[in-house]
Amino acid sequence: MQKLYSGNEAIARGAYESGVKLASAYPGTPSTEILETMVQYSEIISEWAPNEKVALDVAIGGAYAGVRSIAVMKHVGLNVAADAFFYVSMTGIEGGLVIVNADDPDMHSSQNEQDNRRYAKFARVPCLEPSDSQEAKDMVGAAFEISERFDTPVLLRITTRIAHSHTLIELGERPAEADDDTPLTYRIDRTKYVMVPGNARKRHPIIEERIKELSQFAEDFAYNLVEMGSAELGIVTNGITYQYAQEVFPRASFLRLGMTYPLPPALIRDFAAKVDRLVVIEELDPFLEEEIRLMGIPVEGKSIFPIVGELDAGVVRDCATQAGLHPPSPTASPPPIPPLPMRPPLLCPGCPHRGVFHITNKLKVVVNGDIGCYTLGFLPPLSALHTCGCMGASIGVAHGANKAGAKQKNVAVIGDSTFFHTGMPALLNTAYNKSDTVTIILDNRTTAMTGHQENPATGFTLSGKPTFEVDFEALSRALGIEHVSTVDAYDLEEVETALRAALDVDGPAVVIAKRACALLPVARKDWMPIEINPEQCNGCGLCFKIGCPAIVRSEEKDAKTDRFLAEIDPLLCTGCEICAQVCPRDAIYFRDEMEIK
Amino acid sequence: MKAINFLVVGVGGQGALLASNVLAEVGVRAGFDVKKAEVHGMSQRGGSVNSHVRWGEDVKSPTISQGEADVLFSLEKLESLRYVSMLRRGGVALVGEFKIPPLTVSSGADAYPTDNEIAHIFEQVTDDFHFIPTLTLAKEAGTSRAHNVVLLGALSSLVEDVPEEIWLEVIAERVPEKYVEVNQAAFQAGRLVS
Ligand SMILES: Cc1ncc(C[n+]2csc(CCOP(=O)(O)OP(=O)(O)O)c2C)c(N)n1
Repeated sequence: MQKLYSGNEAIARGAYESGVKLASAYPGTPSTEILETMVQYSEIISEWAPNEKVALDVAIGGAYAGVRSIAVMKHVGLNVAADAFFYVSMTGIEGGLVIVNADDPDMHSSQNEQDNRRYAKFARVPCLEPSDSQEAKDMVGAAFEISERFDTPVLLRITTRIAHSHTLIELGERPAEADDDTPLTYRIDRTKYVMVPGNARKRHPIIEERIKELSQFAEDFAYNLVEMGSAELGIVTNGITYQYAQEVFPRASFLRLGMTYPLPPALIRDFAAKVDRLVVIEELDPFLEEEIRLMGIPVEGKSIFPIVGELDAGVVRDCATQAGLHPPSPTASPPPIPPLPMRPPLLCPGCPHRGVFHITNKLKVVVNGDIGCYTLGFLPPLSALHTCGCMGASIGVAHGANKAGAKQKNVAVIGDSTFFHTGMPALLNTAYNKSDTVTIILDNRTTAMTGHQENPATGFTLSGKPTFEVDFEALSRALGIEHVSTVDAYDLEEVETALRAALDVDGPAVVIAKRACALLPVARKDWMPIEINPEQCNGCGLCFKIGCPAIVRSEEKDAKTDRFLAEIDPLLCTGCEICAQVCPRDAIYFRDEMEIK
Repeated sequence: MKAINFLVVGVGGQGALLASNVLAEVGVRAGFDVKKAEVHGMSQRGGSVNSHVRWGEDVKSPTISQGEADVLFSLEKLESLRYVSMLRRGGVALVGEFKIPPLTVSSGADAYPTDNEIAHIFEQVTDDFHFIPTLTLAKEAGTSRAHNVVLLGALSSLVEDVPEEIWLEVIAERVPEKYVEVNQAAFQAGRLVS
């Protein structure tokens, strides 16, 4: 029976059915669920790595040792893993190696838009792109066959709409020989696997030759589909766009490329010759378009369809209509709607990051942020973050600004998972090159933003097994930081005292603000809504400034100030008491006052 | 049977994804090709969420384009307005009575639209607009959490080709065992309203 699988679940299943033995990843939307699904297959060793570069090196190690291995990451993860991506293209592998990469057109949850098919060409690595979950599953198998046949890593590229769309798939089985227990003999081959210049010079022509052979292979690759319809319009497309294009042009001719690098020149030339007008419909970069134009074939693409954001059937139709490719559709314009109140993502009620930002605001330091839930501290009313670029950037940027002699002190704010990802070398740098940078590690005991993954500070692995737990104080000291303190992120006085002391230190310092994410089960069991004492509240509004969704405006006004009193939504409040500490009139009950009130 | 595009919307934490999972699975069991699209990530509570569910003979795009949703299934009143432009002319809008004021409303900076304003905007697109007393009926059935299942019940009576047993069976599989009965009661209550 067919089952509904998301693209991510299908890829995990595909890995299982392909006999994959080793999987390593760092979480990141939209690819996170791939490993979270993979770990349910006990035959596969599935691990969270501290970052994508490590994840890819781990998978490469598996492939060098001779087993099918897979590394998974979101698009920006491949920037982090790029160094490894390039060397493994040069060395090739023993067992198959597939890198699953999820691009995020429209940046649903990312800091930038980038088209990672560019990496495939850049590193001479073949790139496969499925158009639905069935193909996502099956192409994992195809990718491993290509990897082993051509001695190359393979990039399996999906986008958010493939990753997070559910479509029907037919399940297969795992080959029995995949789990044969005979110990592996590691094959030593120094000229192939030691990439010193002398060896690398020998490898480079080989990989250039490999790409030529792959381009030949692509001519009959089963996932490069030609579907002839009317000769008036020939559409070249890939991935999810194939679905949109079919919906808009049910009668056109299609060349759907399942392998988007390298391309099959004869197949494309032949298709182009059979149609009157050749158009590429692809999301993000004009990747296929440029390649086809380089073949000397006249083609249109980005002159019709946008280069930014996501496409959908509606966008494809509208653009095609403008270009005269599609008859105008009778469109009734939607009714005018007044501007609606937004629901931007917010720091949750009880979020331990909130109080730290209240204090950094109070001390008027420049806050260099990083990537995680705390990035949301940039939103009003906190407006507490002043820079944020990519994972691990905060500490280096703060160090640079401090070295440059900025008048205001620059601090770095970084989450536990992000600190392991790329924060550690940057912290070492503040010690090595001595700046007055204060690094605040927001240790909320989880990787929250991507949905609560374990990390080296949580004491558990991806498969739920207990493991060692990093001691941030010891780690910071080992990295050369002498002034280190740990505070409870819910205790504003403690946070303020520690931060002031750290700012006064001559040299780098670390403050670890520790408190479990309010949505973790351990924290949930302590939820206890607190209340406002309407007799004491005079509507000053200071509690609104911490931006807690649980604090709302009541209907009641203070007689003297004529301002609305505050109220706490008992369904949202967790009882973190940050508002109670901020209130200058003691108008918010602390937990222990709730009982006696 | 006819192809149908459902757009399920609500606020994070309300159970929109449970509703769309049920809807998708019901479609599969009723013999349709089904696709479902949503965007995950951002683990915060309280954001606007949407999920596209399409039933058809051979569904291509997993997402629904502007003006092509046959059914707008909204668990929250304000959220329904955010997606008016997705509804096809003459489509069905089922809007739960649930009201969750966003931060800017509870702090007094913005106003929450009135029921009349909401109804008036929908009237320009369709006559088939219904507020459903989801919370009231769910509480009567035993738990306010089942408000999403009340709305599924209301929807089920519009999709006449699909037998009731399929809905009940899928709901029973998707909710925790001790809440099956309450949810089935909530479903029945919703089924009777429209
Ligand atoms: C290179 C890269 N990999 C992955 C991500 C996805 N990502 C965004 S935030 C985040 C985790 C942040 O965790 P942590 O630093 O512990 O902060 P928290 O969300 O728990 O506050 C991840 C993995 C990314 N943006 N960039």
